Amino acid sequence: MTPFAGGDPLFQHGIDFTVVVIVIAKTFIVFALLLVSVLLYIWFMRKVIADMQNRIGPDQAGPFGILQTLADGIKLFFKEQSMPITADKPVYLIAPFVSALAAFLAFAIVPFGGIARIAGHTTFLQLADPPIGILWLLAMSGLGVYGVMLAGWSSGSKYPLLGSVRASAQVLSYEAAMGLSIVGVLVHTGTLSLRGIVIHQSWMGWDSFVSQWLWLPAIGAFIIFLISAIAETNHPPFDFSEAEEELAGGYHAEYTGIRFAIFYLAEFMNVITMSAIAVTLFLGGPSGPRLGFLDRGGWVNVWIIPVFWFLLKLWIVLYATVWVRASLPRLRFDRLMELSWKFLIEAAFLWAMVTGVIVVARDQGWNLWITTPAAAAGGILVFAFLMACVPKHGELEEIR
Amino acid sequence: MGRLSGFRVTIQQVFRPRVTEKYPQEKRPKPSRFHGRHVLNRYEDGMEKCIGCELCAGVCPAHCIYVRGADNLPDDPVSPGERYGFVYEINYLRCIHCDLCVEACPTEAITETKLFEFSFAHRDEAIYTKAELLVDDDGRARRQPWELWLGGEDDETSAWMRATSPSGNAEYEDRVAWSAELGFGVREPEHGQASDASAVTPPDPSSHP
Repeated sequence: MTPFAGGDPLFQHGIDFTVVVIVIAKTFIVFALLLVSVLLYIWFMRKVIADMQNRIGPDQAGPFGILQTLADGIKLFFKEQSMPITADKPVYLIAPFVSALAAFLAFAIVPFGGIARIAGHTTFLQLADPPIGILWLLAMSGLGVYGVMLAGWSSGSKYPLLGSVRASAQVLSYEAAMGLSIVGVLVHTGTLSLRGIVIHQSWMGWDSFVSQWLWLPAIGAFIIFLISAIAETNHPPFDFSEAEEELAGGYHAEYTGIRFAIFYLAEFMNVITMSAIAVTLFLGGPSGPRLGFLDRGGWVNVWIIPVFWFLLKLWIVLYATVWVRASLPRLRFDRLMELSWKFLIEAAFLWAMVTGVIVVARDQGWNLWITTPAAAAGGILVFAFLMACVPKHGELEEIR
Repeated sequence: MGRLSGFRVTIQQVFRPRVTEKYPQEKRPKPSRFHGRHVLNRYEDGMEKCIGCELCAGVCPAHCIYVRGADNLPDDPVSPGERYGFVYEINYLRCIHCDLCVEACPTEAITETKLFEFSFAHRDEAIYTKAELLVDDDGRARRQPWELWLGGEDDETSAWMRATSPSGNAEYEDRVAWSAELGFGVREPEHGQASDASAVTPPDPSSHP
């Protein structure tokens, strides 16, 4: 096992031609899965928002308008591309691809299926399982904001610059809250590897839904993760980097045609990646009940069922993101910053600490009936103290 | 739940009927006095109603109507009277569809359909002449290829100005005071105003300035 390749048993017996072919095939499948998911998600989002506004939504291109995104993409591909004369040309041209590349790479670590055997090799249905695991996601979402920043800066125009400054401030703030909420999961699983996290949450019967899957044991971390993931992906109600009413489109205001489409693609890929990570961390990823009447090692139970459960959970989470988009108005920017720095980071930090105490108590065989309330009470006390230290609005006015 | 009550509102809408109309395929019903594209009507014997008097052109606030009258040939008349309109043009780039031409017309020759979906590729196409405006041998509007006819737009085309009581006089309620028309015959008077009319005192004609 090479340290770079991580826990995937595909690399245990060295790397030969078959292994390379399998990796290339998996790369294509993940790439296609993500692209098709984006195509379907944009259509799905428009349809669900239409549902929530008593409309029909796109229904002209293909059955139920399912090809609408494809038609939009083709149109954007053939549109004229303009560039401001004040633009910094190389950076301007590279920026969309930085965004899209980071979004693709982030999805590479998502386990979308079980463990399968192909051509004599056992492999995870996941493109890569690096030992750094979930840190890869944080790295890539941090890298993705470079695309936004470079686009805003290199456009040579004011509104895109403002949008990109907002985006970087926002992503930095919520990166902290998201990282700390992930710690609340890692304390339970004891591993950074996403495959390890999924195996930790594997299906043991119907009570696994509450006992194995981490959404209930880490419910605080789950909520904080969802909020900060929405902010991290510039998804409404936190879409400050592209607020049309304030910034005329934000960082991609000067982009047209296919370059704009790549930003659009990256944005929705990020939403899908974050939803997939939420499914992996908190909802058991591909784990779920198998078809008992079929062979346990048969191809249906090994290949189809885990992928089915993963996609089902993913689309449920994606529906929730659309629901949020349709329901909540955009925050004010200082409220966004306050939510992260004054509430979510403290809450996520304390949740991780309290979970840590309880997990240690469980492993050491201490009495959980004493340690759990004590840890919770301590956490609440510290949180109340921190909240009391945060200046109120009136006090802030006095300082100014 | 105050801050999260928006989620309940949006999810409730999913189960409500859709308000979207399939517009280019289906049209919503128009009010019966909707002002659309004009037609030039004919009598039931096929004679044109227009007498070329130019009252419509005179009253038009947008100056979009151009009419030239000419004497009928005694052995081949176009209209029943002495003269007929041998040029009749409406410039739809100027027309504001105020319907004043319909009110001014003494012979109910010009009326308006419910059609408003017509677009032009060239300015000259916006000027409708008698070839486009005059109804066909069935009394229906001539459908131009650039117009979106789905049927029903010309059903209540004419006689609606006079379908109510002429000059607002309630004595003419429910009485026909207009001529027959090719394809449609005599239109029924508009009902349903008598109850309102009886509630208010009819205006005294002598006090009218």
